Amino acid sequence: MHGLLDISTLHYLVLGAALFLLGVIGVLTRRNVVIVLMSIELILNAVNLNLVAFSRYWQGMSGPHGGPMALHGQVFAILVITDAAAEAAVGLGILIAFFRNKETVNVDEVNLLKW
Amino acid sequence: MLFLDHIWIIPLLPAVGAAIMFFFGRRLQKATVNAVCVGAVVLAFLMACGAVVQYTSWADANHHQPYQKILYTWLGSDTGHLTYATHDGSANFQADAGFLLDPLSSIWLLFVTGVGMLIHIYSTGYMAHEGGYYRFFGYLNLFMFSMLTLILANNYALMFVGWEGVGLCSYLLIGFYFQRKSASDAANKAFIVNRIGDAGFLLGMFFIAWYMGSLRYTDVIAAAHSGRFAIGDPFITAATLLLFVGACGKSAQLPLYIWLPDAMEGPTPVSALIHAATMVTAGVYMVARSNALFVLAPTSMKTVAIIGALTAIFAASIGLVQNDIKRVLAYSTVSQLGYMFLALGVGAFAAGVFHVFTHAFFKALLFLGAGSVIHAMSGEQDMRNMGALSEKIPITYRTMFIATLAIAGIPPFAGFFSKDEILWQTWISEGGAYRILWFIGYLTALMTAFYMFRLIYLTFYSKPRMSHEVEHHVHESPKSMTMPLVVLALCSVFAGFLGWPHSLGGSDRFAKFLDPVFARGEAQVLVEEGKGQQLAAGEKEEESTSPIEYALMGLSVAAALAGWFAASRFYRDADKGYVEPLAASAPPVYTTLVNKYYVDEGYDYVFTGRRKLGDVRLGVLGLGEASAWVDTNVIDGAVNAAGWMTRLTARISGWWDKWIIDGIGVNGPAILARMLSYPARLFEFGLVQWYALVMTAGLVGLVFYYVYH
Repeated sequence: MHGLLDISTLHYLVLGAALFLLGVIGVLTRRNVVIVLMSIELILNAVNLNLVAFSRYWQGMSGPHGGPMALHGQVFAILVITDAAAEAAVGLGILIAFFRNKETVNVDEVNLLKW
Repeated sequence: MLFLDHIWIIPLLPAVGAAIMFFFGRRLQKATVNAVCVGAVVLAFLMACGAVVQYTSWADANHHQPYQKILYTWLGSDTGHLTYATHDGSANFQADAGFLLDPLSSIWLLFVTGVGMLIHIYSTGYMAHEGGYYRFFGYLNLFMFSMLTLILANNYALMFVGWEGVGLCSYLLIGFYFQRKSASDAANKAFIVNRIGDAGFLLGMFFIAWYMGSLRYTDVIAAAHSGRFAIGDPFITAATLLLFVGACGKSAQLPLYIWLPDAMEGPTPVSALIHAATMVTAGVYMVARSNALFVLAPTSMKTVAIIGALTAIFAASIGLVQNDIKRVLAYSTVSQLGYMFLALGVGAFAAGVFHVFTHAFFKALLFLGAGSVIHAMSGEQDMRNMGALSEKIPITYRTMFIATLAIAGIPPFAGFFSKDEILWQTWISEGGAYRILWFIGYLTALMTAFYMFRLIYLTFYSKPRMSHEVEHHVHESPKSMTMPLVVLALCSVFAGFLGWPHSLGGSDRFAKFLDPVFARGEAQVLVEEGKGQQLAAGEKEEESTSPIEYALMGLSVAAALAGWFAASRFYRDADKGYVEPLAASAPPVYTTLVNKYYVDEGYDYVFTGRRKLGDVRLGVLGLGEASAWVDTNVIDGAVNAAGWMTRLTARISGWWDKWIIDGIGVNGPAILARMLSYPARLFEFGLVQWYALVMTAGLVGLVFYYVYH
């Protein structure tokens, strides 16, 4: 199956990279703290996509690392999801502390550590 | 050997007495003080007798070696850590707290404790009405302890401890009436002049230690007898001359005799004990103990003899015209000590020791008797104010008369035998110069008889010249004072018999007793004395008696009688305002003698302050001031300079530490870091997204690096 419309692992990886890139840009560029946190989630999910794609790839391979039980990536993806959830909770906690202190949700207004 | 093994108790007993006086004396009754201090010395005397008796039997069984008892190693160690380089090798320095008993120290031990005991008893009477009773006896006991340590030591270092101790006690006792300026000045003078001698003693000791490798008597004598050293060895000559300087200081020879007449400021028992019988004989003891070294250095022996003879006649001449009864006796002591050194100097060691022995008795008797006279005269010491006391104080008079007969050298009293032996040994020494020394000694004997009988006549005969109240108060002294006088008088009579010479048919047991001490080594050959050959063979000093000996003996007796006769003629009828015959016939001679040859003034001129001689104002040579200036400015200046250098170095070091080490070394990097951080800080905006951007840039950089490297 090598046609242009055949979906191969590469497509997933590219999608994952694109999502990752969007997430990074979002973290670096957006002014609102909530959007930044969402972008972080986007990064983590892009990583998940990557992991699952690779897991599927190895399940299609034969050999010592391959075979139907090469589930390492998917297991790791579950861990990442758990981790993302926890991180979201912590992030929202920081956001609330952030808001209570400065009455704003704009990141570039919290620069107390400026020299 | 009970007493021998515990010989160290003998010095300890008076030391304990002194300690008790020091701690508790003030609260004690007079009777307790007497019991403790006098008892200590009495016990010491008894123990000394026992020790000497036991020694004689021990020595017979042990080849007449000296008996040594070593308590502990005082200086040095048994492990060889104090090894030092000697003149020809190395030696292990060791000086023990050890005691040695041999015939020489036995004699000293007996008369020191014996005469000391009698003087302690006398002092209970003499000092009964004085203040500071316990202090006096404490000092006396301390003196006995020091003197016994000096005598019984088995090495020069411990002897020096005793030497210094007696010097100290002399100072304390001369200055006993310290409220009197003259007394405290005299005490200072005694101690300072003694110290000058001590410097010589120390240097001599150092020479001996360096040259012979040890300070113990047995080692030194063995080395001297071994023949390793030639006669006239320069180092031994130097060492013995320096030791003799020490002896001059302690035993009041020229030029260091000046302290002894002034020392009469102390109470009379002090004069008797310290400045007649015991302390001043320490120098003689030291030279006698070092006889093996002196024999190796004929130059030193000659020096000793010459100084001894000169001192004898010098002091005797001054004593001819003194008016204070104690001064006469003081100069007499200096003169008799000169005789002793003359004897040692010509090699007649046994004769010199014999004279020490007899002199101790009659001189102590003279001083104690003088004290009794002063006591009877209510404190008067000037003979011009005495007279006709023989009936009123008979015991004092008779005992003093016996002592005078002894010191004048009239047979058969003690002084005759010892003095005559010395003069005989001087005459037969080889070399014409010794005849001159004999003549000096002979003149001195003449003068001695004269001034001693002058003293007797002025004090006990002649017309009474004192005031009437004093005359009424004249009374004989209490038993505590007269009993020692009687005992000493008996000794003055009979002690001479111990040295009855061969020429008169006696056995001279004294010299025989001392033979092991003064025997020469096998390998030595004596150079000068005519009797040298005989001595090298270990024979006795004089075997055949020549007629010259009898002739000289007769001359000595004639001199003594002539002096007696002359004194009798001039002073028997001295009345108030009598005139000294010398003052009448030769006034300038008289003035010189009365002013003691102006020696003290001379020393003053050379060393210390300004002197006026009559109306003439002398300048000051001021050697003393010059020395003091050198000490204050040059020596202390050097010390101060060392201190100043230390401070300067410290300040430089401090500056270096503060500004260079701390400034550049420690603070420098910090300042550099701060300077570099200023521009670096500008990158801190405080924005999280900026940090995230930088992190991402770094991450990208890393990825590129790994992919394209």
